[in-house]
Amino acid sequence: MISATSPGELRIEHLVKTFGPVRAVDDLSFTVAPGRVTGFLGPNGAGKTTTLRVLLGLAAPTSGTATVGGRRYADIEHPARVVGAALEATSFHPGRSARDHLRVYAPQIGVPDSRCDEVLETVGLAPVAHRRVGGFSMGMRQRLGLATTLLGDPQVMILDEPANGLDPEGIAWLRGFLRYLAGQGRTVLVSSHVLSEVQQTVDDVVIIAKGRLVHASDMAGLRDLAGSQVMVVSPDAAGLRALVARRWPAAASPVDGRDGAVLLRDVSAAEVGSAAFAAGLELHELSPRDRGLEDVFLQLTAEEVAA
Amino acid sequence: MTATLRTEFRKLVTTRIWWVLLAAMAAYMVFLGATMAFSFTVDGGTTTSVTGSTTTTQLDPLDIARTVYTLAPALAYVFPVIVGVLSITGEVRHKTTTLTYLVEPRRGRVLVAKLVASLPVGVLFGLAGTAATVLAGATVLGIRGDATMLGEPTVWRAIGLSVLAMTVWCMVGVGFGAVLPNQVAAIVVLLAFTQFVEPLVRIGLVAVHAPGVAQWLPGAAGEAITGASLYTSLAGGQMLPWWQGLLVLVGYGLLLAGIGRVTTVRRDVT
Ligand SMILES: Nc1ncnc2c1ncn2[C@@H]1O[C@H](COP(=O)(O)OP(=O)(O)OP(=O)(O)O)[C@@H](O)[C@H]1O
Ligand SMILES: [Mg+2]
Repeated sequence: MISATSPGELRIEHLVKTFGPVRAVDDLSFTVAPGRVTGFLGPNGAGKTTTLRVLLGLAAPTSGTATVGGRRYADIEHPARVVGAALEATSFHPGRSARDHLRVYAPQIGVPDSRCDEVLETVGLAPVAHRRVGGFSMGMRQRLGLATTLLGDPQVMILDEPANGLDPEGIAWLRGFLRYLAGQGRTVLVSSHVLSEVQQTVDDVVIIAKGRLVHASDMAGLRDLAGSQVMVVSPDAAGLRALVARRWPAAASPVDGRDGAVLLRDVSAAEVGSAAFAAGLELHELSPRDRGLEDVFLQLTAEEVAA
Repeated sequence: MTATLRTEFRKLVTTRIWWVLLAAMAAYMVFLGATMAFSFTVDGGTTTSVTGSTTTTQLDPLDIARTVYTLAPALAYVFPVIVGVLSITGEVRHKTTTLTYLVEPRRGRVLVAKLVASLPVGVLFGLAGTAATVLAGATVLGIRGDATMLGEPTVWRAIGLSVLAMTVWCMVGVGFGAVLPNQVAAIVVLLAFTQFVEPLVRIGLVAVHAPGVAQWLPGAAGEAITGASLYTSLAGGQMLPWWQGLLVLVGYGLLLAGIGRVTTVRRDVT
């Protein structure tokens, strides 16, 4: 497929990565656009980190391709000036100070030592610049990881679970910072295993489970899936069952084993009320519920896991 | 390449472990230099002649001085080797390999830079180890009333070669780390081989009248660089000319690095 690729576009095509019998990434394809924050979501073990490792040239794909602006990561001349990536919060030598950690990589990235102080300032670590990383908290490590990605002032930011270990203030700051970067036209890809963590930040979502793509759209597309639900409770359990079986056999899900209660998807409360009235069924509860995005996320990923 | 080198050099000098090893080595060599100088002078004084012979086997003061002053590459080469090994195993242990390959995905270059960056550190270990040995050894020789031989050009040549041998050992350590990047395994195998396996094999080979084989072992090659071998003088045997010893030891380093390049270095980083 030939298409004009913008320098900051990430493209994963039919990517497969196996570890022995485990298909960690299984025929995965998606693209990530510049100027937007994209959430890369999936439950634990879904294959997010593996996908990113292959994209970043750290692991070889079993088959398929993963490119940044049309090029494999290893083929980029000064990769750290194009892509800033943070994969694990713990990958620092504990004996180095925060500043020394950055100073080690500065020559290779091709930036002066003064840039190290700048990025420490940006992520709020300037006061602890000379402290050993071994004594850093999880949140401080996350910030240092972020500072490292910023050294080369890259067009593309790839952050694996960057919110892990951040306090609420840190998370709020991170959100603003990611939005700011995307606002400058950069590509921002953030992975997470919880949708709620990123849903206020991201423009697009890519959801995977068991190494396969289950959903890719903008946030509005995901919200459309959320739809509406109605909770129905009746003292006449048999009558309710009969009505549901007749009218909405596919839309019902039981409520925690409660007899005489049912949750109906994509049906309005008015429809249910009128049908119950016509059938002479006594109702004790008829309440519309917004199906949360997290529910949609759980359902999407659970379906894939069940399949 | 300069950039990669600077990054690798900074990695080495921004940790504390190599200062610790440097200090430990210097202290060890002060002890060994003094002890050996003392024992050589005592031996030299008591075994003056072989029975029934007119020739004396009193150790030549020049040989004593050279053997004592070059003890570092004979007995403490494991220190620069460990520093070299750590430059690779430390990355694996602390999972910094990820970041290293993110900023330089050309892994062969990273390995070459590590080999080259180990050289100045090796020089430092050579200088510190040799200086500690010479200071302690010469002091004891002087106190015992023996000649320190520090006016002799051949002694200074041996001292210089001792620094060179230590330098090469640091590079060999990098190659060894590339083959065995697991830190604990690498240190255990390294200590077992250098402190136990090779000395035994060398003595064994001499015992089975195959000293020519023993001289190609890395430890023997390292000692050959200075031309004054403690083991050879203790156990007998042959020694390569200094430049062959140098080539053999450099060869070991490059061979190990090459093996590492096509095995562990190309593996997935996960
Ligand atoms: N080096 C490896 N060897 C064997 N299996 C691996 C390796 N790395 C990952 N896996 C397997 O691949 C699958 C995907 O793992 P991955 O770390 O990519 O998931 P993830 O989506 O990042 O999960 P999390 O949210 O927990 O970080 C898992 O089943 C994992 O056990
Ligand atoms: Mg992960």
